[in-house]
Amino acid sequence: MARYTLQRFVYMLITLFIIATATFFLMKLLPGSPLQNQEKLSPEQQKIILEKYGLNDPVPVQYIRYLGNLAKGDLGVSFQYDNRPVSQLIGDRIGPSAQLGFQALVFGTIVGILLGVIAAVRHNTAIDYTATILAVLGISIPSFVFGGLLQYYIGVKLKLLPVAFWEGFEYTIMPTLALSVFVIASIARFMRTEMLEVLGSDYILTARAKGISGFGVIFKHGLRNAMIPIITILGPMAVNLMTGTLVIEQIFAVPGLGEQFVRSINLNDYPVIMGTTIFYSALFILVIFIVDLLYGLIDPRIRLAGGKK
Amino acid sequence: MKKKLSIFFVLLLVASMVLAACGGKKEEAEPSKEGEKPAQEAPAKEQVLNLLETSEIPSLDSTLATDSVSFRVMNNVFEGLYRLDQNNEPTPGMAESYEVSEDGKVYTFKLRDAKWSNGEPVTANDFVYAWRKALDPNTGAEYAYIMYDIKNAEEVNTGKVPVDQLGVKAVDEKTLQVELKNPIPYFLSLLAFPTFYPQNEKFVKEQGDKYGLEANTTIYNGPFVLSEWKHEQSFQLKKNEQYWDAQTVKLETINFNIVKDVATGVNLYETNKADRVGLSAEFVDKYSSDKNFKTKSEPVLFFIRMNQKNEVLKNVNARKAIAMGFDKEAMVATILNNGSKAANYFVPEGFVTGPNGKDFREENGDLVKFNAEEAKKYWEQAKKELGKDKITLELLNYDSESAKKIGEFLKEQLETNLPGLTINIKQQPFKQKLDLESKMQYELSFAGWGPDYQDPMTFIDMFVTNGAHNQTGWSNAEYDKLVKDAKTTLLSDLQARWDAMVKAEKILLDEAVIAPMYQRGAAYLEREYVKGIVDHPFGPDNSYKWAYIE
Repeated sequence: MARYTLQRFVYMLITLFIIATATFFLMKLLPGSPLQNQEKLSPEQQKIILEKYGLNDPVPVQYIRYLGNLAKGDLGVSFQYDNRPVSQLIGDRIGPSAQLGFQALVFGTIVGILLGVIAAVRHNTAIDYTATILAVLGISIPSFVFGGLLQYYIGVKLKLLPVAFWEGFEYTIMPTLALSVFVIASIARFMRTEMLEVLGSDYILTARAKGISGFGVIFKHGLRNAMIPIITILGPMAVNLMTGTLVIEQIFAVPGLGEQFVRSINLNDYPVIMGTTIFYSALFILVIFIVDLLYGLIDPRIRLAGGKK
Repeated sequence: MKKKLSIFFVLLLVASMVLAACGGKKEEAEPSKEGEKPAQEAPAKEQVLNLLETSEIPSLDSTLATDSVSFRVMNNVFEGLYRLDQNNEPTPGMAESYEVSEDGKVYTFKLRDAKWSNGEPVTANDFVYAWRKALDPNTGAEYAYIMYDIKNAEEVNTGKVPVDQLGVKAVDEKTLQVELKNPIPYFLSLLAFPTFYPQNEKFVKEQGDKYGLEANTTIYNGPFVLSEWKHEQSFQLKKNEQYWDAQTVKLETINFNIVKDVATGVNLYETNKADRVGLSAEFVDKYSSDKNFKTKSEPVLFFIRMNQKNEVLKNVNARKAIAMGFDKEAMVATILNNGSKAANYFVPEGFVTGPNGKDFREENGDLVKFNAEEAKKYWEQAKKELGKDKITLELLNYDSESAKKIGEFLKEQLETNLPGLTINIKQQPFKQKLDLESKMQYELSFAGWGPDYQDPMTFIDMFVTNGAHNQTGWSNAEYDKLVKDAKTTLLSDLQARWDAMVKAEKILLDEAVIAPMYQRGAAYLEREYVKGIVDHPFGPDNSYKWAYIE
């Protein structure tokens, strides 16, 4: 196990290095310069300013310098937020994004699983159809529509919850709901399909034949097996949700990371583009690794091949 | 049990969906409901203003800031030698008085007894330090050029002479002497621009890399201090009790929340969480009859740049045809609908008045109006001269919502009014658009320009031969001479200088170097109890020094 983990860790570093390198060179292909006031500056003035950022050097030189700093754990300073370290920039914003993402994930997964299981158990009944319709709606309605509707009716008209801002738990309810719609819908759909398959398999029949109660069969034997594909989609979904979502964060004025990435690309803020990419990738790689470990826990049939060598 | 549970969950979801769905219908059925809601009575004595800001503050370092959010905050927490007053005239700030030499080139400012928020006095050296820092090439200040009227500023900024050669010196603690390259008449209003703010050398050096990054790693000398700064979320200004003119400042607290979405801003305004909110075009119709609906005109001009390297656009008649060939009134009324005005000129209206007290626009009036007939005549003439019957031009555009719509509008209008013309729209990210323009790799482009200082020259000198922002390839000796004279010899005769700029604008538009489209406006909602927020036409957008809650 330890050896497997170490091996995976080295692979993770290599993957990260490849991502960082590819992003760096792709980013340099972005048109435009990182100057904020570009339209007012003459080419000569632009050159003076780019000199300060070391952007007049050849790209390979910049790349080596970047890697050197990265190895020291230095992600550089932002161009758009003058002199603010990229690590601080990400650190300031990841909290709210992660909290929202986590809440949406937990809520969405629980409701989604329940909905999926119910639909599967009550296969081809009105409940099943209702659940399926809801799932299709949930996947097809963009979250900003749902978020906007929630905000207008619950926040402005009914005044049940605050319209926006980030000041306490009640401020997180609407954005969490808006974010979790997609989670609920995706998980419910997967769950229903998997559950139907699992419930039709021989060992469920055996379990029932042994006289285990309906509830026990579904939750102990059925659910556990049906969970495997859910875990596969849950990993990347968790990263997506927890690293911030542009639209929901904008609608509810959440001080998260969502907009930062898009904004840094639009503004050619190279250090922020790199920093955020590396941060996202590292999270993704880590989560995929955790998912791999989880497989083994949930389904003993899946063994860690590397661990036995 | 589980059956009940399942039904409960399903019902819950159905209920939420239904709620959302009926809601949608309700909105259409009762469009007039907005007006009914009584505005919550704000307690008259509580001087708290709640505002929204569109982004996190990018910078609090006056030498580095480039954007409107930073400028707005800085204008209210810092103060330069002068600041713009309610009438947008420069009024003494840190300066108490000044003397100017006979040739208009040497200004000697007497500083008032003012303090930084940490108790340190504001001294002449604070200005010398900040200005040298802004011009030091190592700082990489993007607004350094705005100081180029100071003696040796450009040389310092381009690294040709050391920073101590800059024409600024502290005669004593409270006396600052500034030497100019040319006796520009708008120097005092220029001093209100954030790049000219002072910085306390000792404090800045103590903070090092952290200066300007947090509320407590910055010191203030303006009407307010930044009392709280939650990044990306909110920030708060509190009245600065140390401010020299604290008795004028009525507001105790200004809360800014960062809201990037216009619809969210409107919802917050509706629920009394924000006292003022900017509107985008889609909200204007809904609120235009609201009693709190206001518009303001800004001195920012949008126009079509025409690249004269292009054979067709080199032809003056073709350019005139384009400049006259689209309905600007319809453009501002149907697409923008926010107080923007059709522009038949280049120097904006309501921006600057001359020595004779007249607005620049009163001098030249409308120079290029929409006229489909005339446009067609010029166009036929141009086609004959060019020996072409079908002409295709590319319009370089960028990806903002209004720019996209205007691009389509222009295509439709020009293709209809100018027979044989085909316009292809090339849409690029904004930065790429700027790049292509400066490399002159475009034919027509959607361009805009806002002022850097309160003088027509900030617009006029764009189009001198080979000017960095000319980008059209146009060159006119008479125009160049007028600009040059206005910048040098005519500085001693301000009326003649003014007349020269009036004449220059006329040449520019007679030759249809550009096709003016509109002067930007902005629509917003402001609660009736909010009084005295000042909107400035250039530099920082707002002052809250004179604002109060009634």
